[in-house]
Amino acid sequence: MAYDKFTILKSTTVPLPTENVDTDQIIPARFLKATEREGFGDNLFRDWRYDAAGTPKSDFVLNDPTYNGKILVAGKNFGSGSSREHAVWALYDYGFRCVVSSFFADIFKNNCLNIGVLPVTVTPDFAEKLFSAIAADPQTVVEVNLPQQTITLLATGDAESFDINEYKKDNMQHGFDDIDYLINIAPEIEAFASKR
Amino acid sequence: MEKTTLFDKIWDAHVVKSVPAGPDVFFIDKHFIHEVTSPVAFLNLEKRGIGVKYPHRTIATPDHNVPTVDQDQTIKDKLSRMQVEKLRQNCAKYGIELHDLGSAHHGIVHVIGPELGVTQPGMTIVCGDSHTSTHGAFGAIAFGIGTSEVEMVLATQCIMQSKAKKMRISVEGTLGKGVTSKDIILYIISKISAAGATGYFVEYAGSAIQSLSMEARMTICNMSIEMGARGGLIAPDETTFAYLKGKEYAPKGEAWDQAVAHWKTLKTDDGAIFDKELVFQAADIEPMITYGTNPGMGIKINGNIPSTQGMEGSNKTSYLKSLDYMGFAPGEPILGKSVDYVFVGSCTNGRIEDIRAVAQFVKGHKKADSITAWIVPGSREVEKQAQAEGLVAILEEAGFELRQPGCSACLAMNDDKIPAGKYAVSTSNRNFEGRQGPGARTLLASPLTVAAVAITGRITDPREVFGN
Repeated sequence: MAYDKFTILKSTTVPLPTENVDTDQIIPARFLKATEREGFGDNLFRDWRYDAAGTPKSDFVLNDPTYNGKILVAGKNFGSGSSREHAVWALYDYGFRCVVSSFFADIFKNNCLNIGVLPVTVTPDFAEKLFSAIAADPQTVVEVNLPQQTITLLATGDAESFDINEYKKDNMQHGFDDIDYLINIAPEIEAFASKR
Repeated sequence: MEKTTLFDKIWDAHVVKSVPAGPDVFFIDKHFIHEVTSPVAFLNLEKRGIGVKYPHRTIATPDHNVPTVDQDQTIKDKLSRMQVEKLRQNCAKYGIELHDLGSAHHGIVHVIGPELGVTQPGMTIVCGDSHTSTHGAFGAIAFGIGTSEVEMVLATQCIMQSKAKKMRISVEGTLGKGVTSKDIILYIISKISAAGATGYFVEYAGSAIQSLSMEARMTICNMSIEMGARGGLIAPDETTFAYLKGKEYAPKGEAWDQAVAHWKTLKTDDGAIFDKELVFQAADIEPMITYGTNPGMGIKINGNIPSTQGMEGSNKTSYLKSLDYMGFAPGEPILGKSVDYVFVGSCTNGRIEDIRAVAQFVKGHKKADSITAWIVPGSREVEKQAQAEGLVAILEEAGFELRQPGCSACLAMNDDKIPAGKYAVSTSNRNFEGRQGPGARTLLASPLTVAAVAITGRITDPREVFGN
């Protein structure tokens, strides 16, 4: 599915400094039973967000009205474990368009890029700076600039550049996906397949 | 000539083209699908008005959400039933081979692939499941993908992938008594952490690895993802060829000889360079168990849960959050702690060798009264063999409940859930919060350790029971 174009995103943020957040936390397995892609946002971080009776847990950040925005600032090793793309669908459906962390799990990062949620890897120092700035002012605005490959704390001007390969960057800026690319080179793939 | 690794040889042979400053267009030989991560991929194909390009390269089985009782009846859970029915419809529509519930080769996708001989050395294999790394035990490049990539493979037989960095992990020497391949991999992950191999593809090597059976090798490769690796593989050898010979989908006659001749070339050249190399000694490895909420949080079973000394900031907060969930305290021993459930099964340890190990261990004994003991074969074939070898009778005599094949309590998508707050010692692969049911507390261990726990009802060193 082609997705929304991503160029420059300015938004307040939601901080989640917990380390090693696995995809079972992002979307527990029992909510993977849909045959379509809609509605996963309701169960994003389900067991951290709600108790067994379905009552919101007030100590979880998504239930804290102080924080909101399209950027999730996450702890180290975010998205480990299961390859379930539903984890990214849930983040997207909830309203996140960008996840920032000092370290992402591999498959999760790939899934993000395929869905149009931009994973931004920052240095541990910059991650700390973000967490401190958000704690000091929950309404602080962060700018993620994909064309320039920069992330900036607008209040202070603190900025850092991030890596993304040119192909994926181009895809995200134009809302293309890999299938569009692969279908366009079908004859090359067919020639390769015929030799196998 | 340039010295290359096994990973390079297989990878490079499957690159259709390289995108400048981008990923490789990577050709997939075999694609496994199941009911949970495929429906949206098929739906999107329909939306695009395209079909499945090479249906014979995809094989399907329902495993993640299926009940492990009454598989001959209609699935009671409506959403699970819909997913399984979608899989059936999609397979029928596009001509994809399906090993359905109740059929001779139904089972967990990573158990039936090798069992059928579909998994072979030198192949590229993907599935919308991170434990696809299991198939690397045969000297294949195998890894988990997301649903968008499932769609790509169905549509074009390719995905866009950047080549991973290369790591070699060697384990040398002879394993001690009561130490299994599960302990090897839990040991490695505890040493390098749950993120220690992120960005790498791992080759396992060394004399301790070479001495392992195919089942034991699969257990190791299976858990590569639990240290963040994209996948793990082991060079094929005589053990691999002996396992595959005569399997349904393995080459036959002259084709077999040709295949083996090719497979023998699939190894890392002497002097090939890895981005990272680690060496461990088998003699240092003892029975392992996890105490926390990621697979890197493991200790030798007679050790203490680490103290918080030297930890600070979010590292310490995350660690204490994890121990709080588990109901454990820093610094305390884990031996002797009371357990409520044991689970033997999953794509990690649900094979015949695992069931044999448990049966031999518990033969003539009863499980502790306080323990609920589930044993879930990885496939119908494993179940059949366990029956034929008399293992089922031994296990039932010991008080284990044998259930029908599926992923079961490994991820608790079906009714096989550990209740909130209860402790389960499990042969599966993940001890994440809520993995085996909301609020469930999981400790990962080998089938031998699980057998020992089943008998005593407590965390027990398998070497201490019955002089085993």
